[in-house]
This record gives sequence, structure tokens and C-alpha cells, in this order.
Amino acid sequence: MNKRLLCAALLWLPVFAGSAATKVSEHVLGNGLKVLVKEDHRSPVAVSQVWYKVGSSYEPGGITGISHMLEHMMFKGTDKHAAGEFSRIIAENGGDENAFTGTDYTAYFQTMEASRLAVSFELEADRMRNLHLLADELKKELQVVTEERRMRTDDNPQAKMQEHFNAMAYTNSPYKNPVIGWPSDIENYNVEDLQAWYQRWYAPNNATLVVVGDVQPKAVFALAEKYFAPLKPSELKPLKPQAEVEQLGVRKMTIKLPAKLPYLVMGYKVPVLKTAQHEWEAYALEVLAGVLDGGGSARLESGLVRGKQIAVSVGASYSLTSRLPEMFTLEATPGEGKTVWNLESALKDEIAKLQINLVEDDELQRIKAQVLAKAVYERDSNFYQAMQLGMLETVGLSWKVVDEYVEKVNQVSAEQVRDVARKYLIEDKLSVAYLEPLSITGNITETTTTKGVR
Amino acid sequence: MRIRPLSFIPKGHKFRLSRQAAQLSFILLAWFFCSPAEAAAKIEYWQTAQGSRVYYVHTEGLPMVDIQVAFDAGSARDGYQFGLSALTSGLLDTGAGQWNADQIAQRFESVGAQFGSSISIDMASVSLRTLTDKPLFDKALETMQVILTNPSFNEADFQREKNRTLAGLKQQEESPAELASIAYYKALYGDHPYGHPASGEIVTVSGFEVSDLRSFYQKYYVAANAMVVIVGDLSRQQAERAAETLVSGLPVGQKPEPLPEVVMPVKAGKQHIDFPSTQTHVLVGMPGSYRKDPDYFALYVGNHILGGGGLVSKLFEEVREKRGLAYSAGSSFAPMFRKGPFTVSLQTRNDQTGQALDVLNKTLADFIAQGPTEAELIAAKKNITGGFAMRFDTNKELASYVSMIGFYDMPLDYLDTFQQNVEKVTTASIKDAFKRRVDPQLMQTITLGGSDKKSEQ
Repeated sequence: MNKRLLCAALLWLPVFAGSAATKVSEHVLGNGLKVLVKEDHRSPVAVSQVWYKVGSSYEPGGITGISHMLEHMMFKGTDKHAAGEFSRIIAENGGDENAFTGTDYTAYFQTMEASRLAVSFELEADRMRNLHLLADELKKELQVVTEERRMRTDDNPQAKMQEHFNAMAYTNSPYKNPVIGWPSDIENYNVEDLQAWYQRWYAPNNATLVVVGDVQPKAVFALAEKYFAPLKPSELKPLKPQAEVEQLGVRKMTIKLPAKLPYLVMGYKVPVLKTAQHEWEAYALEVLAGVLDGGGSARLESGLVRGKQIAVSVGASYSLTSRLPEMFTLEATPGEGKTVWNLESALKDEIAKLQINLVEDDELQRIKAQVLAKAVYERDSNFYQAMQLGMLETVGLSWKVVDEYVEKVNQVSAEQVRDVARKYLIEDKLSVAYLEPLSITGNITETTTTKGVR
Repeated sequence: MRIRPLSFIPKGHKFRLSRQAAQLSFILLAWFFCSPAEAAAKIEYWQTAQGSRVYYVHTEGLPMVDIQVAFDAGSARDGYQFGLSALTSGLLDTGAGQWNADQIAQRFESVGAQFGSSISIDMASVSLRTLTDKPLFDKALETMQVILTNPSFNEADFQREKNRTLAGLKQQEESPAELASIAYYKALYGDHPYGHPASGEIVTVSGFEVSDLRSFYQKYYVAANAMVVIVGDLSRQQAERAAETLVSGLPVGQKPEPLPEVVMPVKAGKQHIDFPSTQTHVLVGMPGSYRKDPDYFALYVGNHILGGGGLVSKLFEEVREKRGLAYSAGSSFAPMFRKGPFTVSLQTRNDQTGQALDVLNKTLADFIAQGPTEAELIAAKKNITGGFAMRFDTNKELASYVSMIGFYDMPLDYLDTFQQNVEKVTTASIKDAFKRRVDPQLMQTITLGGSDKKSEQ
């Protein structure tokens, strides 16, 4: 009772009362570039992000990872600027910058004092259409990306297992491939591959420009017109759907790797916001993830780490904003004397409980209270706010989903959580992977050439 | 790591072994642009009735506040019980007052508050992020106060958390990066309190009793050793009341003796550790700078040019841009109460370790010998001062700078004078500081990876 009142009180906090403070302005240039601006005047800075609708899930076999490779090459010069000059100019203007690639997007960003936005626009507009792809630069950068893959995946047992798990769980969805690409694909990219990829996807009508910070929307739109409007749009060939075929029964695999602890990953095929039969299903799955893993009071940590002490670590995750259907995943590391099979059955018990019983009222209220609070905390970061807008737009949802999110989560009922558990978290749509640790060969031997002296 | 833009699920596991696969690939590791940075904000200072120091900044615009209570009780205070500080911190929210771990978590989460406890080498802290609406705020603050002043240290919770720590330590042995870092600190600091891993070692943690944690807590979590940081939308009066509420239940106690000075290495050292990884992790360095170091700004700006500047630095240029030898290559000073490490690092395919190490050492030696050019210095200053405002443009970042200033007892105008201090640095002062403080004859080199032959691709 108290909790329900508390939550009702939360809803009426002034910050939730209206959307005036979080208003997003939208403008589309004649060449198709969409510009989104959100004002935040707490500090005299702004983040500028350019999002391209291309990522690893756009890639055909043989060139997996090429979106990420191209992201690296985007720093290697244009007609106007030599390799590395982009970064030097940003640095001299006090900027931070980076870029990232995911399954559904490639994005570039700079954070600078708001008055220097033009510096970022000029450079981003330039490399949107005028990139130089040179064989010498590619040769070096291929080595860099290979080192990146070694660090992230090859020398990390759990990451490597995840890679194999995705490759098993998806039959034909492009989510089966790693963002960074398979090793033999990375080794064999050539300039023509990258040129074709760049030509196909890097165009104003395939991009979204997002600016959040101490700016006025009109001034940003004018600046965007000045630098981006002269760019020619491309004729975009539609992407093949590559719709995942239906899974016809549970899939299991064992991964043997040098490691110290066993590890379990389970994934159920589920819809996402874009593909759900009913929109509420995606929000109900989101709440379900919160019931299991929404903080220290949630079921997995309370029940499996503290209660049964079967796991030393456990988590559930679901990403409702993916472009294509996803997996609802559970992952866990067993405690001393417990096995991955103990864990698997404990996790399935938790799923079964969700299918049989309704979620407790106070559990649901706690999740909703966290959603409301987090909506405030998120506004502490311009970068994060821009990221939300850019990503939603790029996966083909509208940025308006941000504004609806809190309310849609609030509308989820205990019955709906039970219903999605019954409909989607079923054995025939499940994939499971077990990490079986092999001893780390030779163990760790120390060969001291010069004794470390202090 | 996958970025989940709409996810509200706070991933607050104290011990989270697993990660989603690298679904997101950055062009550069994110830690490069998280280099130490400073802010300009009006910091108010006072002491509580019992003598705890309070640092407060009022910020507007969002109905939220970040609060931290910190103690000089990091892993440097472990003594020979390596990992004691970390496990003590980890136990705090597993039981306090009348509440068990579930009830504590429920109290915070029912009002959308985010609580955490953590340690570094110098510092132990508990932190809270909460909305400022009174009923919500009061419940979160009360819970934090009870955790701070009346933790239970139950035997059952202790055994469980100890087992989880041991599992984490075991898993650490599959990570080349973590193993290299442990060996590196050992090489730099030996038996000094900075020399052992903060999470401890299997052999030390195995021997802990719950009474060890209780004693550690009683000795260090005291008012005289406490500092409170409050940054957010609270009035001065509210902040005063909050600070008083949080720490008034602590015994006054006393501040611990200052940590001993670091004993500098007397000659260079080089160790190779065999490990079945495809890359070799290379760490080169020596004890570097401390928080009140008069050379700090010269070293900071100099390092920015050498290897601290993200996508633009000498090391990044030589190792990655010119030769493609590594994904990440850079250098850093990590100033602490005593001399924290100056570190140059990279990771590279096993069979090119020698070449990469040569490039690294030559770049460093050239920089020490010649210092930066005037043009490089101007570019670095433009980057540092031009981006100054961005370094504290979130409540969270501002709170962490205020915490640094308070914990290390830096001048309250440290942020206001930061840009001037950067501007004062000259090519000569950088060259002079590096010559005196970074000596190739004293550098400790750790390489950890597969043997130096052709690695599997």
C-alpha cells in the first residue's frame, strides 16, 4: 500500500509533469539528413553525434566486421585533410572524440564547447562523402583491428564463448556474426570492399545528426544546412531482411577453453519493440528482465547468489531496441562445488515461477520506481541522451520512444509479465552454452631476465 | 559491452564476472579519454560536530544528488591481510541495523536510489545517488546512515562474500591484463602498501575471519577519518543536515598515520611471464607523481603530449598510427597520496613484442631527452584548456573531482586555478620535470604473454 502511494507520488514530481525540459527539435535537410537537437543548458558544452544506418547485421558473409573496419578507416583522411588531421583538429579545439560500431549502427562523436560545433560539423560533413581509402593505411589499420580482436575476444574466454554461442543460437539472422568480424574475414578485406561499403552506406539520407547541449535548435539547424546540405544523397538499395527461421527445439553446446571458472549462457528467442506482435510484449519482457535482475533486491541475486548460493555471479538481459529479433539472455557462474547444470535448472525454476505465479506487487513497484528515477539520472549526461536519440532513430524506431518509455513500462501489468514468460521463455526457443575450463597450459611460469629490484 | 539505451536495470552486482560479448567496438578504448580532469565550481567546506570534513557543491537543473562518504581505508591499509579493505567494503550492505541484504536493497530500490561501496588503493567509500524529493531522499539517506554506522558483519554473509571474492580471484588468473598489472605493481612497489592487488590474493583472503573485517571497520570507519561529498540540488542547510545525519553515529576515533614514502627502485628490472594468450601485455614504468607534487602540472601536460592525449599523442602515433603494432598504446600518471605509478603500456601480437617494446622505449627516451616542441605544447594546452568545461559537465564527474580535492586535501580553488596552472607549463619545465622524475635506468618492464614466436592468427 505504502509503496503504491510512493510511486504515485513519484509520478507527480514536477520533473515528470511535462516534457518541456526534454523537448527534442527535429529538422530534415533537403538531402535527407535528419537533425535532432535537445537543449541542455547546465554546462556550456555540446555533444555532436553522426549515426549511420549500417552495422554488423548489414554485412553479408565473407566481409563480416567490415562496418567496424570502415569506422577505423574514417580517421584516415579525405580530399581536404590528411590521415590523422581530423583528430588533431578536434584535439586543438579542446574536443573529445571517438567512434563505435554495433550490430545495427556505426556512430561518430565529438564533445566540445558548444561554440565550436562548426568545427565538428565541417569535419563530419567532409568525411561523410570524401573519404580517402588508401591501401597503405588499410594495411596498418588491419593490424590494429586484429590486435583489437585479440584483446577483446581471443584472449577472453567468456567473450569467445559468447561469440560461439551467438553463432549457434541464430540460424540465419546476421546477429550470428560478431561485430568485430570473423578472423579470416578481417584478414582478407581489401580497399575495394571498403570502398563499396562506404559508397553504399555513407550518405546524408542514411544518417542522423544528433546534438545535445548548450545550443539553440535554430542555430544548429542553420549550421547543419551550411555544412551538410551541399552533400549529395545516394540511392539506397534496400537491405535484405534475413529474417531468422523459427527455432525447432533446444540447442546446446560445450565450449572447451583454457579458463579458471565454468560459465553458463542461456538465450531465449524473443521479439523486440520493432517486431513484437503487440508493443506491450517488448515492454513486458523489459520488466521481466527487471524482475530477475533489476538490482540487488531482484530475484536472481536475492535467490541464487544469496539464498541458494548456487551462483557467484548471475545476470539477465534484454535489449528491446534492437533492429531484429533478439535473445533474452541469462548468464551465470556457479559457486564452489556447484555446476553449470545446477545453475541451469535453478534458472529454469525461476522462469517457471514467472510462468505460474504473478509477480508480486511490490516487486513491480520497485522496478517502476527505478525506471522513473533513472529517467532523471540519465539527464545528467548529454552523451547518453544523444545516444538514446541516435540509436532509436537508427534502428528504425522513432526518437519519440524515449518520451514514451517510462509511461509504457508503467502500464505493464503482472499478468502481462506472466504472459510473455509463458509465450517466449520456452524450451524449444532456448539455446544453452556451457564453458568447460581446460587447465591453463604450462601454468604461469616466471622467467626473470633481470631480477625486478626495488 | 552492449550499450542498452533504454535499459533501466542497474547492473549493480558487486562481483560481476560475466560480460556480454563485445557487441560494440570502439575505435579506441574508452579509458583514454577518462584521463584525470578538473572543474571550476564553488566548493563549500565545513566540518561536522565530530570533525568530519564536508565538501558541498550546489547544482541545479535536476532533482537529484550524489553523496559520497569516504575514508582513508583503501587497500593500502590492508597490512599483510591483502584484500581486507575490499572485503570489508563489500560486506557493508549485506546487513545493517535490523535489515538483511534483501531489505537493504529493497529500501534503496523502492525509491529509485542507487547505492554502492567501493575501494581504491588509497580510499574506501560508500556512495548514493538519489532523487531529492523529501520522502524518497529521507528513506535513502537513512538506509545509507545505518549501513555506515551499524553494519552487521554476519558470519553467513561473510562466508558467502568471501567465497565470491575467492572465485573472482581465481577468475583473475585467466585475464592476461589483470595478471600483468599485478606483476607490475609488485615490481614497482614491492612490500610497500601500494604493491599488492586491492582485491587480495587467494592465500590471504582464505585466512580471513569475520572479526578481521569488524576490526578493520572499527579502526578506519570513524568520524576523524571521514569525508563527506555532496553535489546536487540540496540547499546548504539540507546538505549540513544530511552530512550530520550520515556520520554523527560514527565514533570520533582517529586518523591513521600517513602511509610510508615509496622506496624508489635502484635499478631497471625486466620480467617476462609466460601465459597462453595471443597477445603480450607490455607495461613499463616506475613510481611517478603524488597529489601535492609541485611537478604535477609539468608532468601532466608533458604526459598528455607523450601518451595521454587519446587519439593524438607521440606513443599513439609511433605505435599505432605509423606501425599498426597495437590497438591501445599510451601513458599515464596516476597520482595518489604517495607516488602512484607512471605507466607506459601496450598490447601486441606475441611475435612482435620485441619490436613494440623498442618503439615504446625509444619514444619515451627521446621524449625525456628532448622534451616536447613548442608546437606540441601549444596543441596540448589548447586541448586541455579548450575542453576544460567538459570535464565536469555532469553531476557525477563533478562529484568525483570534488571527492579528489577533499580526499587529498587540495586547495578549494584547485579547479579555478587549474587552467592557469596548465598555461604556466613551458617546454623547459616539462623537460626538466621528466628528466628528474622519469629515469629509463630505473624503469620496470613487465611482459606477459605467449612465447616470442609466431602466434596463432
